[in-house]
Amino acid sequence: MTDLLEPQRPRDAASRAAALADVPLVSPAPTGGIRGILQHRYLLKLLVKREVTARYTGSFLGMLWSYITPLTQFLMYIFIFTLLMGRGGNIEHFAIHVFASIMVVGLFTETVAAGTRSIVRNSALLQKSAMPREMFPFASLLVSIYHLWPEFVILGIALFFTGWAPDLTALVAGVLGYGIIMVFALALAVALSVSQVFLRDTGNIVAVVNNFIRFGVPMMYPYSIVAERFRGHTDLYLANPIADAVLLVQRCFWVPTTSDQKATIAESMPDHLFTRGFVALAGAFVLLVIAQRIFNRFENKMPERL
Amino acid sequence: MTDSIVVENVSKRFTKQYHRTLKQVSVAMMRRQQVTNTFLALDDVSFRVQQGEAIGLMGLNGSGKSTLLKVVQGVMAPDAGSVRTRGRIAGLIATGAGFHPQLTGRENIYLNAAILGMSEAETNRKFDAITAFADIDDFLDSPVGYYSSGMYARLGFAIAIHVDADIFLADEALSVGDKPFKVKCMKKLQEIKDSGVTIFYVSHAAGSVRKICDRVLVLEKGVLGFDGEVEAGIKYVKYDDESEGTDEELGSEI
Repeated sequence: MTDLLEPQRPRDAASRAAALADVPLVSPAPTGGIRGILQHRYLLKLLVKREVTARYTGSFLGMLWSYITPLTQFLMYIFIFTLLMGRGGNIEHFAIHVFASIMVVGLFTETVAAGTRSIVRNSALLQKSAMPREMFPFASLLVSIYHLWPEFVILGIALFFTGWAPDLTALVAGVLGYGIIMVFALALAVALSVSQVFLRDTGNIVAVVNNFIRFGVPMMYPYSIVAERFRGHTDLYLANPIADAVLLVQRCFWVPTTSDQKATIAESMPDHLFTRGFVALAGAFVLLVIAQRIFNRFENKMPERL
Repeated sequence: MTDSIVVENVSKRFTKQYHRTLKQVSVAMMRRQQVTNTFLALDDVSFRVQQGEAIGLMGLNGSGKSTLLKVVQGVMAPDAGSVRTRGRIAGLIATGAGFHPQLTGRENIYLNAAILGMSEAETNRKFDAITAFADIDDFLDSPVGYYSSGMYARLGFAIAIHVDADIFLADEALSVGDKPFKVKCMKKLQEIKDSGVTIFYVSHAAGSVRKICDRVLVLEKGVLGFDGEVEAGIKYVKYDDESEGTDEELGSEI
């Protein structure tokens, strides 16, 4: 069957010459960008698989670890926020608020951190093989997404017990929130992966910025505090697309678990959340195009610097 | 005959960077030393290769051979001029590239084959031939990190040599493994040549160039110094006669 799909390669000089007569002379450089990645779907799949399997080989519990780690994390949040700090007293299901936010922020920070290092880490491969180099930051995004599934299972169980009943608006919010994060993280991963080739300091800067992000979004604290303290100046806080994405994800997972959804939205969600979300998504796409341009511009100088 | 590789006025400039850290750069700037400098790795190189020709690329270390090979392969883009190729390019360049020590031999075969441009169906079809060639059947399901260096190299080599290509590039001494393996490689390379594949072979070994190639290019500090017949080319780089003995001693004779 496969032989039918794939024509038999020529075995002798005459048939090869005949087969090549119609093939045009082209530049050997690989096609970059989205088109290049789509042409190499199979290779991309294997690269992602390599990262995923290599992470847990040699460990006895293997893939179970990707469930154990977020589960212990989740239990810790319940303990700290609900029992220790008593914050659960005035905010319903605060552990879900934190956990759902941490997942989406984690997707962002992991993608950007791994994506920044991706080109340099695969330098041996890039110097020897002609393939679209954008594959590596893109693969970082896919690997981070793959590692989200166990966390979704944990979150799903928690949502089941808290009686999560989302409406259509909530689901749209979730998709929009994750969409912003994925496009934004990919754009930064693509641009920063080039930067890392020329300036190895980039990785350290990313680590510092990622630390700020964890506290610059309403994750460990509810948005209501921000609205109260920064009254009149929240636009600046909400100009951060990650903050918008986190709020959208909370709108999806946390708000429907609370007993009075309308009150929760009024108190803990900003005005025009969806408008802000769509603007952020559009901005992320623009950034992705710019990142791709930057990548193409410096790509040619890459092999000699690796 | 059709052109297989067309290289026109290709130049490639590299930047030498003397100082890398903030401290080094600022000290150098205070002392008014040069911080960067560029040099031409390839200087206005032009040639055409016909389909089915076997080219030996020779030259001293640092003459730009590997850079030219990378430009033909498409890994590097030239700063000036153009490179065009016809058909699929493969070769003994990325042998073992992308091997992950924690993945098994089987997983690595699929990954490396994909890196070399093979589809899943093609890899399935050639899987047995690859493992038979590498002779690692017993270790197929062990992580390649546990392989001996010979097995590791043999596996990489076996995958690379099984890629169907119209242009075959080689930048490594064909001296992987023991004598029986070398003989097998030589036979396979001859088979590839006989099937009308263009061969572009970078080597210091006059003996193997003599055996495989029918035309020699010589690079001298980035400039194409010689383009012509094999014996004359070997004479041009002064690799004839006395170097013949060392060739065999070094094990690059195949």
